[in-house]
Amino acid sequence: MKPFALNRRAGSGSLLGRVWPGATAVVLFVVFAFPVYWMFATAFKPTPDIVGETPVWFPTSPTFDHFTKAVDADGFWTFVGNSFTVTLIAVGLSLVIALLASFAVARMRFKGRKSFILVMMMAQMAPWEVMTIAYYMIVRDADMLNSLPPLIAIYTVMVLPFTVLTLRGYVAAVPKELEESAMVDGCTRVQAFRKVIFPLLAPGLMATSLFGFITVWNEFPMVLILNKDPGSQTLPLWITGFRTTFGDDWGATMAASSIFAVPILVLFVILQRKAVGGLTSGAVKG
Amino acid sequence: MSAQTEEATAARPTPATGKGGAPPPGASRTRAARGVPYLLILPTAALTVLLLGWTMVKNGLLSFQNLNRRQLIRHVTEWTGLDNYTNALGSSEFWGVTGRSVVFTAANVALIMVVGCLVGLLLARLGTKTRLLLSLGLVLAWAMPVVAATTVFQWLFDQRYGVVNYLLDRAGWHDMAGYNWTSGRLSTFFVITVLIVWQSIPFVAINLYAATTTIPKELYEAASLDGAGTWKKFTSVTFPFLKPFFLATTFLEVIWVFKAFTQVFAINEGGPDRLTETLPVYAFTEGIGSQHFGMGAAISILTIVMLLALTAYYLRLVLKQEEDEL
Repeated sequence: MKPFALNRRAGSGSLLGRVWPGATAVVLFVVFAFPVYWMFATAFKPTPDIVGETPVWFPTSPTFDHFTKAVDADGFWTFVGNSFTVTLIAVGLSLVIALLASFAVARMRFKGRKSFILVMMMAQMAPWEVMTIAYYMIVRDADMLNSLPPLIAIYTVMVLPFTVLTLRGYVAAVPKELEESAMVDGCTRVQAFRKVIFPLLAPGLMATSLFGFITVWNEFPMVLILNKDPGSQTLPLWITGFRTTFGDDWGATMAASSIFAVPILVLFVILQRKAVGGLTSGAVKG
Repeated sequence: MSAQTEEATAARPTPATGKGGAPPPGASRTRAARGVPYLLILPTAALTVLLLGWTMVKNGLLSFQNLNRRQLIRHVTEWTGLDNYTNALGSSEFWGVTGRSVVFTAANVALIMVVGCLVGLLLARLGTKTRLLLSLGLVLAWAMPVVAATTVFQWLFDQRYGVVNYLLDRAGWHDMAGYNWTSGRLSTFFVITVLIVWQSIPFVAINLYAATTTIPKELYEAASLDGAGTWKKFTSVTFPFLKPFFLATTFLEVIWVFKAFTQVFAINEGGPDRLTETLPVYAFTEGIGSQHFGMGAAISILTIVMLLALTAYYLRLVLKQEEDEL
């Protein structure tokens, strides 16, 4: 029995009634998937097919020209390098720092624990997009505009609350008895953590870090304001600045967007289940 | 005091199985153990205070300064008291932008919640295959990086070769052939709204679907026995059961849309003629763009206050449900 029978009379009746949920689902699938499809399709189409009077719906004669053009664009590899540097360091740092905190929060009782969790929940909702002016002034006063370290520091703190709150759930899920029995067998607490808990945490660490990765990889307002010099910019600025990079060459623009989006799309589709669980336990459930 | 409950049990085995030698003096050991959790949260707390808390304070300080291009270059600090705030709150421009942000947020969130919930309920009705298909579409839209999505939507809504104009033209609305979407305020907002709603629906739909699977079937059976119809079942079982979810998600979406910067900025940079600036973009163009940093900081503080009120209410909602789990 389906939990939902909103339209039960129609559902059990006419042919139309039985077909509409499936038909609607297919239409919705097209609506939601089309922009993503169109990005890839355009990236692979030869230019005459892109700027024709009638759209060519399938890339019948696919070409890699646009990708070549995107990759050969000025400074592409600098942007890629910067994006990876900033993302990997920020996520790595926040993971190490958050692991310590999440262990304390999940396994120990101490005064101020609840307040700490509350602060993390508040910090998770921090309006970064609106605080850019203050960051600009701080970084400027430190004479560090157009460099990567400030970005790394800010991004680390940006993903830290989410990482702490999510890891807390993963740490709590590791049975305490395992740790205790390891300690009875003569392990110190640190050893117990390293040998027993850490291996069990690995999948959680992976999932959490990948969501940090997505956040940092996508970040736009901060780098827009702090780094005006192309040598220190990341991929999101390169993509949004496509008009200056490629003129109105939509093929190259879509190729660039595809290059940027593919790692995230792949990660996300793989992690979809964890996404739902992680977001509900991390954000909605706190 | 509560530090002892678990900490003590955890610390005890060590001396018992000990590496020999005299048992360590109990008092100092527990005191040391009591410090451990604080040491563990120290890096997180310090970084958060330093890089988030201090920036908040700095933002507040800046909002009381007259800080324009000249002061910036000369590195002088001119305090102006509440001038920035009185100027902002006294200008029709600020209230215009605020009103625009509120209407923009309300329209987006209404669309996201209504369509998102309908899609979620549809997911619950579907067979396995069609559900998988629709989920795949939803996840693709959800996962699409925001900056990539903005370029794709600019391409979809392109004046000359965009698919949207082509389809509208084919559907008989010939005026739309060659229509410039970014030339008007409403049409720009339309594109931004389609983009945001398209990317936000999956979160609501998939989570709502996940939530419906937790509703005990017995509730529906009991309702059937009482002779409840479809609509009655929805209002008396589904909706009350999911009400906390609806509330929390709505607030989350309100906060997210209200502070959305990337989409609004990247589609048309707040244009045409600054007519599509929402508060975050307004703070940016005033502060960084026109180099009225003090004024921009004041606008951002006012925005943050509005967001803080929303966030506080949201956290109260969440904490009320999760009190015991904290």
